[in-house]
Amino acid sequence: MKEPATNTKPRTRPFMLRRIDLLVSPVVLIALVAVWHFVTVRFAIPIFILPPPLDVWQSLVAGFSVGPFDRSGFLYHAGVTFAEAGLGFFLGSLVGIVLGFIVASSKLIERVAIPYIVAFQSLPKVALAPLLVIWFGFGYEGKVVITSVITFFPLLINSIAGYHSVDPDRIDLARSCNASSLQILWKIILPSSLPYIFAGLNIASVLAILGAIVGEFVGAQSGLGMLLMQYNQSMQIAPVFAVLFILALGGFLANSAIRALERRLCFWAQRSAPVAEA
Amino acid sequence: MYPDVAEVAQSVDSTSSIIEARDVTKRYAASSGEVVALDGVSFDVRDGEFISLVGPSGCGKSTLLKILAGLLPYSGGTIKRSGAPLKGPGSDVGMVFQTPVLLPWRTIIENVLLPTEFRRLNSDSYLQRARDLLALVGLAGFENRYPHELSGGMQQRASIVRALVQDPPILLMDEPFGALDAMTREQMNVELLRIWNQNRKTVVFVTHSIAESVFLADRVFVMTARPGQIAEVIDIDLPRPRELSMINTEHFGRYATRIRALLHSKGDLS
Repeated sequence: MKEPATNTKPRTRPFMLRRIDLLVSPVVLIALVAVWHFVTVRFAIPIFILPPPLDVWQSLVAGFSVGPFDRSGFLYHAGVTFAEAGLGFFLGSLVGIVLGFIVASSKLIERVAIPYIVAFQSLPKVALAPLLVIWFGFGYEGKVVITSVITFFPLLINSIAGYHSVDPDRIDLARSCNASSLQILWKIILPSSLPYIFAGLNIASVLAILGAIVGEFVGAQSGLGMLLMQYNQSMQIAPVFAVLFILALGGFLANSAIRALERRLCFWAQRSAPVAEA
Repeated sequence: MYPDVAEVAQSVDSTSSIIEARDVTKRYAASSGEVVALDGVSFDVRDGEFISLVGPSGCGKSTLLKILAGLLPYSGGTIKRSGAPLKGPGSDVGMVFQTPVLLPWRTIIENVLLPTEFRRLNSDSYLQRARDLLALVGLAGFENRYPHELSGGMQQRASIVRALVQDPPILLMDEPFGALDAMTREQMNVELLRIWNQNRKTVVFVTHSIAESVFLADRVFVMTARPGQIAEVIDIDLPRPRELSMINTEHFGRYATRIRALLHSKGDLS
């Protein structure tokens, strides 16, 4: 008496047909750049409004032609901004997950904390940036703090939702096996909540770079946000586009890394992973 | 004070009882006031016996099972399990739930060994037993598959293996086949008896299916709701091994009719 296992035989369409998107995406990019070039040349748009793509490219090449410790190059400033964003993302997410689990584990704590969470969440966190410059100065600390504050909330909200999503039978199963509270947390609650936590990390990975940039706008001695302000004020728009391109690429890579990690750790979760609003 | 309790206690040889429940009550505080889930439930389960606990939804049968497992506190009465007063969960009990409750990020063998992991035992020494049990339930070769790759019936069989992996003398099953389709369910009943015949565990099996309760059990405890009580204990004098064809016999039908009458006289079947 054997029931058949779920049929997991892969589909046999050729790779080139299945992943036609891999071919189309670059074509779309080329087309967009061509239109951009055509518009700037054909309508003679001033370079301080919209520079042609070739100018942006030259700016990128120039910016990346110097070493990572040279303040005149992009690598140095990108390093500063992404380090701030990464450190803030790590700290904010970690504190968000830990506090989320603490809040969710007790009805009393949750009832007391929820009004404060909602109130603080309604506040636009970037509005704190000027204050943080006063508290932490123009160095990296204030940027890390604002990034942490911004990334904290999606993780807090999602880990509370994740904690509550755990099937009570899984807890009962663990308890019936004499599992300790720590074992239940580590082997049942945390892995069960991972799809929610990753939904939070996805949002936070985008917000982290936003936090670092806003922090640098308010006052900084280095970083891509500071470069943007400088180039903007001197009407050098080609390097502004170059910096925007670096920011987009950095955000894309960070988000891709999170998604890759999610696919690896949450391979078991359903395709339509539940997402709580951040 | 409790003549029925004294009577039960005398009629059963206490040395062979693996579970003794005396006047067990369970009260909940609900928003509508106090709810009495169990009201003075007394019974004995003998070593190696197969007990079915049948009753309508909300009669407290799952509550009773969770109390026996040590997962829920009870409000009054005394319970002895494996000769000692009930303290909480223990390795003398294996638990099977309504759904398989397999952890989807673990392979079947990792799921089956979970109880030994929680109890910080050397999982390797249980590996061979786990493999043998998986083979016994027809899951040989599925050790390294993930739960979602198995059908519902196969998942529930893996969860039975998980309950048996430490060789507990008592198996508590909470409507384990309720979520399966009718045909798979019958097959699982036959299979469960086959496994039971090889291990002779004491089984307490909660169900709301009258036919299932009669088919499996040595004795059927018929429970009624509001408040939850055992209305009657019915000895099932059908030969073993049981076969599905017995369900259509007159003998089987009389037991089923009797249980149905009890359930209807004390309240509605939902």
